[in-house]
Amino acid sequence: MQVFFFHLMPYAEIDLAEIDKVGTSWVKLPNRLYDPEVGATLYDRYLNQLERAEELGFDGVGVNEHHQTAYGMMPSPIVMAAALARRTHRVKIAILGSALPLRQHPLTLAEEHAMIDNLTRGRLISGFVRGIGAEYHIFGVDPSISHERFHEAHELIIRAWTEEGPFEFHGKHYRHRYVNMWPRPYQQPHPPVWIPSQGSQETIDFAAHPDRKYTYLQTFSPAVAVKKYLDAYRDRAEEYGYTTDDSKLGWAVPIYVGETDASAVAEAKVHFENFRNRFAKMPIEFLLPPGYTSRESMKRVAAAKASMFGDLAIETAMEMGMMVCGSAETVRQRFEAYHADMGFGQLLTLLQFGTLPPELTDASTERFARDVMPTLQALGDRATPALASA
Amino acid sequence: MTKLTKGSLTVRDCTVSVLRGGEGPPLLFLHGAGGGGIELPFMTALAESYEVIAPEHPGFGESDEPEWFDNIHDVAYFYLDLLKELGLDQVHLVGMSLGGWIAMEIAVRDTSQIASMTAICPAGVHVAGAATGDPFAWSPEETFQQGFYNQDFAARAIENLPEAVEADDTWLKNRMSFARLAWDPRLHDPHLSKWLHRIDVPTHIVWGAHDNILSVDHAEPLAGMIPGAGVTILPEAGHFLHIEQADALVQAINSHIGER
Repeated sequence: MQVFFFHLMPYAEIDLAEIDKVGTSWVKLPNRLYDPEVGATLYDRYLNQLERAEELGFDGVGVNEHHQTAYGMMPSPIVMAAALARRTHRVKIAILGSALPLRQHPLTLAEEHAMIDNLTRGRLISGFVRGIGAEYHIFGVDPSISHERFHEAHELIIRAWTEEGPFEFHGKHYRHRYVNMWPRPYQQPHPPVWIPSQGSQETIDFAAHPDRKYTYLQTFSPAVAVKKYLDAYRDRAEEYGYTTDDSKLGWAVPIYVGETDASAVAEAKVHFENFRNRFAKMPIEFLLPPGYTSRESMKRVAAAKASMFGDLAIETAMEMGMMVCGSAETVRQRFEAYHADMGFGQLLTLLQFGTLPPELTDASTERFARDVMPTLQALGDRATPALASA
Repeated sequence: MTKLTKGSLTVRDCTVSVLRGGEGPPLLFLHGAGGGGIELPFMTALAESYEVIAPEHPGFGESDEPEWFDNIHDVAYFYLDLLKELGLDQVHLVGMSLGGWIAMEIAVRDTSQIASMTAICPAGVHVAGAATGDPFAWSPEETFQQGFYNQDFAARAIENLPEAVEADDTWLKNRMSFARLAWDPRLHDPHLSKWLHRIDVPTHIVWGAHDNILSVDHAEPLAGMIPGAGVTILPEAGHFLHIEQADALVQAINSHIGER
């Protein structure tokens, strides 16, 4: 298994009462609350944490894209990846991901990713996402054509990376008289593509398709949902006529490792709950604007509105497997059990979340890297049931 | 007592549901973003003096969602085809909110079958400095609170909402089609104002004095872009004036059409 140190870079030093007053940290939280001096300190701290992950033996680091929110200070994960490119030397750098449909010209995204791939001599993992609903409010991109734009932008980027230019591209949403990318990506035919998702059959069908075989990453979901969607990927692969290995399946999850189970929960509780119940929270109109997802999915979400939009205590989150928290021993056992149950080859650890301060983040990260990670990195693909019983 | 009956009309590849009835000169009513398909009291009242034809737009309610449904211009051309198909002459065009925008998009293109236009708090034109709300950011409850001046109407509408309105098929369909037409740019077509001078039929702009979705400050600047357009401001009315001020609205429509 490969283990990544994934960061969201929240604007953690915020007056939480302000988020409560507005009701969300997305779109409407006034930017007068952003203090550049504080922000600069946070960027420095978070980049140090990512760089330290290489020294601690992580296989990779991960950054992501969110706009106009205290939830994460990375409107451009590419800027963070560029900063990391020159300060790290071994780890993979995963952009998880860039929001394709939000770009007016996705070709610029293909160029920027190719630059990072060259800067790192092929350490880039390129993640593609649609961007969340709130971001469609921000950019004025019609959410009802989000899927269409995603697929067309994806085609344009892959062709720009792999086809000899110049060529013409005539899409419904994107049109270029000349596509002729300089630089070309360092990795051939192109950087690995990962697809982070909160779970949808459409996305799984797309990622698992034999033309692509992209790594599918289930993010911040209850363990039963993670298992369901990873299995759905495996099943889809079988239907497409091939068997996938675990390296194509990943899970992103918040983790806290304490000295003991009790101290871990006590230390992480308020910071996890700030992450889940304050930073991540937004009204349904922001999360799911019209047409962002299929009507059937919208109906399922609306039906589950109370549980999805209500507050969640860390204890419940731990029971549901939305958060793994405890002593190193407990965390290791939990992941061994999850791995045996679900089989995933990529683990994206979120070791800083919400308002978790640097001392706690660093201590938890050290414990994870020393006492949990080596065991996980040694885990191979699960034996198939037939072999296990043989 | 209702006067309209539900049927359907097919124009080329697209079938739309239509409420139709009443006697008099033809009046094409174009509904707002909330959808059509229901005979509201103001429509019954209009049917006293006109043959009311009230389709549900492509993409809305029981109407088809055609492949070509990409933007407001597509809808305008569809209605021009529909008028041709019906073979009607001297049609009074009445549009409300999103429907008012469609009416203007129709009229800048071709008025040969149109006798008059009444645009009721229409979307479609950006007026610098005129306040607008963002219905895409509002819950259904907030939309009613913002849409009505008289909060008794809002309370009643909220009471009548289905249990999980966000899971209602028609709600989801209408919202998506509304987004397709009005998400980007929000609620207007930046090119429309350049061509409003082409509207050469008597035009009447009606607005609620307390509209929180498209403020009444839009009314005069918009009228100034359409040759000879008159303005009526209804007091004690919000954006949903067709419900809370139905009688005053019908009177305004009748007097405009009568004057012409």
